[in-house]
Amino acid sequence: MSEYILMKGNEAIGEAAIRANCRYFFGYPITPQTEVLEYLARRLPEEGGSYVQAESEVSAINMVFGAACAGARVMTASSSPGISLMQEGISYIASARLPAVIVNIMRGAPGLGGIHPSQADYFQSVKGGGHGDYKLVVLAPASVQELIDYTILAFDIAEHYRTPVVIFGDGMLGQMMEPVVFPEADIRPIIRPWATTGMEGRSKNIIHTLYLPAADLENHCRELYDNYADIQAHEQRSAEYFTKDAEILLVSFGITSRVARAAVEMAREDGIKAGLLKPITLWPFPNAALKQAARHARLVISAEINMGQMIEDVRLALPDKEVILFNRIGLVPNPEEIYEFIKSKAGEVLNHD
Amino acid sequence: MIQLVFNEARCKGCGFCVEFCPKKIVALSEGRNNLGYNFATTSEEEKCTGCALCAMMCPEVLIEVREVK
Amino acid sequence: MTKGYQKPATLEDVPWHFCPGCNHGIVHRLCAEVVEEMGMQSRTIGVGSVGCGVFSYDYFNFDGIGPSHGRAPAVATGVKRVHPDKLVFTYQGDGDLAAIGTTEMVHSAVRGENITIVFINNTLYGMTGGQMAPTTMLGQVTTTTPRGRTVQQAGYPFKVAEMLASIEGSAYIARGAVFNPAQVVKTKKAIRKAFECQMAGLGFSLVEVLSACPTNWGMNPLQSLKHVQEKMVPVYPLGEFKVVTERSIE
Repeated sequence: MSEYILMKGNEAIGEAAIRANCRYFFGYPITPQTEVLEYLARRLPEEGGSYVQAESEVSAINMVFGAACAGARVMTASSSPGISLMQEGISYIASARLPAVIVNIMRGAPGLGGIHPSQADYFQSVKGGGHGDYKLVVLAPASVQELIDYTILAFDIAEHYRTPVVIFGDGMLGQMMEPVVFPEADIRPIIRPWATTGMEGRSKNIIHTLYLPAADLENHCRELYDNYADIQAHEQRSAEYFTKDAEILLVSFGITSRVARAAVEMAREDGIKAGLLKPITLWPFPNAALKQAARHARLVISAEINMGQMIEDVRLALPDKEVILFNRIGLVPNPEEIYEFIKSKAGEVLNHD
Repeated sequence: MIQLVFNEARCKGCGFCVEFCPKKIVALSEGRNNLGYNFATTSEEEKCTGCALCAMMCPEVLIEVREVK
Repeated sequence: MTKGYQKPATLEDVPWHFCPGCNHGIVHRLCAEVVEEMGMQSRTIGVGSVGCGVFSYDYFNFDGIGPSHGRAPAVATGVKRVHPDKLVFTYQGDGDLAAIGTTEMVHSAVRGENITIVFINNTLYGMTGGQMAPTTMLGQVTTTTPRGRTVQQAGYPFKVAEMLASIEGSAYIARGAVFNPAQVVKTKKAIRKAFECQMAGLGFSLVEVLSACPTNWGMNPLQSLKHVQEKMVPVYPLGEFKVVTERSIE
């Protein structure tokens, strides 16, 4: 019988990874995610696993590469500048079709930025970041419970599709404490016939990402994208609130989506037909659900903690709608701010005719 | 009796086996293989002692030294 | 003197791409021979590198990984933590190890990671056409030191083995060469000792092998062997720099 316990976001991620049969973690301290390392440094040896504090995020992501090649469930965590350092390694992991989970507890950027919550790495993880043609599955939790649920889901998606998965957190989610419940651990054996475990009883396995003949590289990229098409067809996820008749649609992910939801409820009390679509997968972006949720919308507001990143995907999905940005930098907005913004726009948009 | 086998098609004519054979029975050929190199070969296999220093120095692993009865 | 020689089962029967006289061929062969003689073919995982040695996973007949440039020791760390009972070694050149990969190299030694690095030192970047490496000797002409390396421009050659020997986590550090059969025998023994050191759990091991690069040195193969013997050995002395035979675990 599972009980509710009070847990900090970063630590919940660590425990969730263990419940998902992850026994290897490689990371480097960086605010605001360092508690993930500290928690796993304590817990992994208890479970027969291994925690290595790498000398940099560059080394950490390459240790992840090695452990994934060797057939293990493996995770790393970092925050924005550290994720920048990992980009080459992520390109290699994607090309080599390796399952891995990468946690980004976003912080202020660009440059050294700050340690406040941020959502400004959307482009980095959803549109590329590393060199070449590849995609990352990106999950955007909005609560500590979702940090747990999506971390476990991330390992399953990574294993099933043989592809890296990013958990998008932020400084607020990582640091806050909420009551959570852990599902029963589902420790299934990890079966990877392609892994480099030592060639006992089989011919050798090799894992690499070099395709010198052009035709080989083209084939490889097309195979990668066949896999991504499969993921796009089956793994789009989102949640909706008050979208059935929404005339002003908020689109928001992560911590901001919770604030947006409160603002939408305030607007509804005021008689404004506001609604919220919360993407859970930023890639694959829930285009179908978004188009459906926006069908009555006169205005779409993308609410993000950055200078406007997800808004580009919203506009791509809704070419015939007016889409504007509500944004703050360096802090999580409060519901009143978003509610006032909705109210001011509602005046312009809904009283046109 | 030692059988000295050179995989001539893979030889790149580096000359290490020629240099280090203590009996001086390895030489580079007059003709060329398909790679375009003068390749290592011997016409004095009966003098081979099986020391295998040639194989020890060969960067292409193309020399086999077999003791046959 | 033992009679006979056959290609080890730990090498694939494929033609190699190396230049005539390239010492990669000899060292690949030595690694494969040692793995076979230790009976470790099915328990070895090789981690390659980016450089002329980039195809090592195609040439060795055991599990292999092609990592990004310089990061082989980190990749090997990941593999070894998952499979502490397997033999895990990297095979790297001077750019991969002593330039871009220095952090990973040093910290594997600091952690006393039970991996082995086989380090091919030919004093320049081979695959990209002969540029300066941290190991380039003073006065040596390369494509990026066209007037010869000077201290003012680029400092002094980097002595990897000496530096790693100063790190406590290092358990076996040696430097060898393959310019004649006697050196080949010594270097093979060093590789064997390094692998055995790893399997005994004593810590980090590295064998640096001074190697000829006839093409980028502008010499024929036999001249390049002489160059290693006469010009490189005085700068990079051969020998064992650290040998740990037992450790007490604190």
